[in-house]
Amino acid sequence: MDELLQQVASGLANGAIYALVALALVMIFVSTDHINFAQGEMAMFSTYLCWQLIQWGFSFWIALIVAAALSFLIGMTIERTILRPLRHASVLSIVVVFIGLLAIFHSMAGAIWSHTIKEFPSPFPKVSFAGSGYIGPHQIGMIAVTLILLSALFAFFRFTPLGLAMRAAAQNPISARLAGVRVDWMLALGWGLAAAIGAVAGVMVAPAVYLEPNMMAGILLYGFAGALVGGISSPGGAVAGGFIVGVLENLVAFIGNQIERHAGVYIIGNGEKLTVALIIVITVLTLKPSGLFGRITVRRV
Amino acid sequence: MSVLLAVKDLAAFYGPSRALQGVSFELVQGGITALLGANGAGKTTTLRAICGMVRTEGSILFEGRAVNGRATESIVRLGVAHVPEGRGTFTALSVEENLRVAAYTRRDRSAVRQDMDMVFAYFPRLKERLQQQAGTLSGGEQQMLAISRALMLRPRLMLLDEPSFGLAPLIVQEIFRIMRRINEETKVSLLLVEQNAALALDLADQAYVLETGRVVMSGDAASIKNNEQIRRSYLGY
Repeated sequence: MDELLQQVASGLANGAIYALVALALVMIFVSTDHINFAQGEMAMFSTYLCWQLIQWGFSFWIALIVAAALSFLIGMTIERTILRPLRHASVLSIVVVFIGLLAIFHSMAGAIWSHTIKEFPSPFPKVSFAGSGYIGPHQIGMIAVTLILLSALFAFFRFTPLGLAMRAAAQNPISARLAGVRVDWMLALGWGLAAAIGAVAGVMVAPAVYLEPNMMAGILLYGFAGALVGGISSPGGAVAGGFIVGVLENLVAFIGNQIERHAGVYIIGNGEKLTVALIIVITVLTLKPSGLFGRITVRRV
Repeated sequence: MSVLLAVKDLAAFYGPSRALQGVSFELVQGGITALLGANGAGKTTTLRAICGMVRTEGSILFEGRAVNGRATESIVRLGVAHVPEGRGTFTALSVEENLRVAAYTRRDRSAVRQDMDMVFAYFPRLKERLQQQAGTLSGGEQQMLAISRALMLRPRLMLLDEPSFGLAPLIVQEIFRIMRRINEETKVSLLLVEQNAALALDLADQAYVLETGRVVMSGDAASIKNNEQIRRSYLGY
């Protein structure tokens, strides 16, 4: 029982990161219909930026905020300079651009900071408390930061005119222009926000997975799985999907361990977690492409 | 009366194909002008050209300022509101959010609230449905919402593309009555594109008839309405 609780708790912690990555993917998808395959590598690069700032003597939180702000600018710049001229290009060309971006960020990080694994400090104190057998302080911190960021984003999109304009631009660009909204800038802003969210995800997960250029590769897949489970067109769904995938992968590994312990046969275990994510992706795409919470817009004709 | 919009030798292009062959017309301040003609005559294209939604040649002067070549959102910000074909509803947003998006460019908050109340006075039904998802509104209500969104911009010129399209006759009458009131009370000029020429000529004081991308007839609405020959040959009723 203890082991089960522990698995669920750490699943929620991982799920928080997947939720952020999923949200970053959805943020770009809803306004452009593109899946940014470079999202993970951009987040990894942002994490290096944060690490560098910490090395230069900034405190953790200042470094995180500056890194997120820089990532925001990088995201906006990519949209304005690379994707803007390609707005009428075919989907395939866009995919190639994303893969190119992925490779560029990957090799740039390797060239600047080398491929050796670096330790990343956790900002949360290593204290023990009631229940710390189930979940560590860093995991709780990860969940807390995620929830704070999600609430802030929710408030931004729900209650501010700019957030409303971004939603309007994503939904119906022509009508948004006719309301005077500068749709091009809204897209760039969406890219910036996605990159900043990715930065937070990368920095939060880095103490757990260590810092190296490949750190986000698996996490992007989980985030993608989360986004699909929840519904790639629904930000709230993507967040829920991220948490679901996080818990699910741990539960599957947990059940596999139990089977091995009691029946003596190894079917599935920690090593197959990524496989589980991929199976989720394929299953959702086949059975329910709109995801669990994907909204089918009501329209009367 | 002074000229609000002057269009001269306007050509418009969809890719390489030319949709307007040099359209010229003028709109006076505070008037209602109808743009009539058969399917494919270039009525919708003319409205799109004014709003910078298609590539154009020729000159478009709004309040004496050249607007051709500008981005749609910049033209809108100058005071041109476009109620598009198909109503352009933000279907997943609530009715209230639809109206708030339309007021996005405005910083005069108290005036925005006043305009919101004005819109509800014209269309009380929208007030009842304020929190409803706009995609669930009926066609007539969505048309009312589209006109209201345009009003929230506090425009000096309103372009209306087939406001009667797909609506029941009673609703159309109601909407046209309200459009007249809007014109009288807010002094906004209307440029109205309609298939239903009889309806449009009742509302308008000026009319232009388009055929294959050219203006073939113009004059005050009453005389065009009473000219049987024009009616038969161009307006089809």
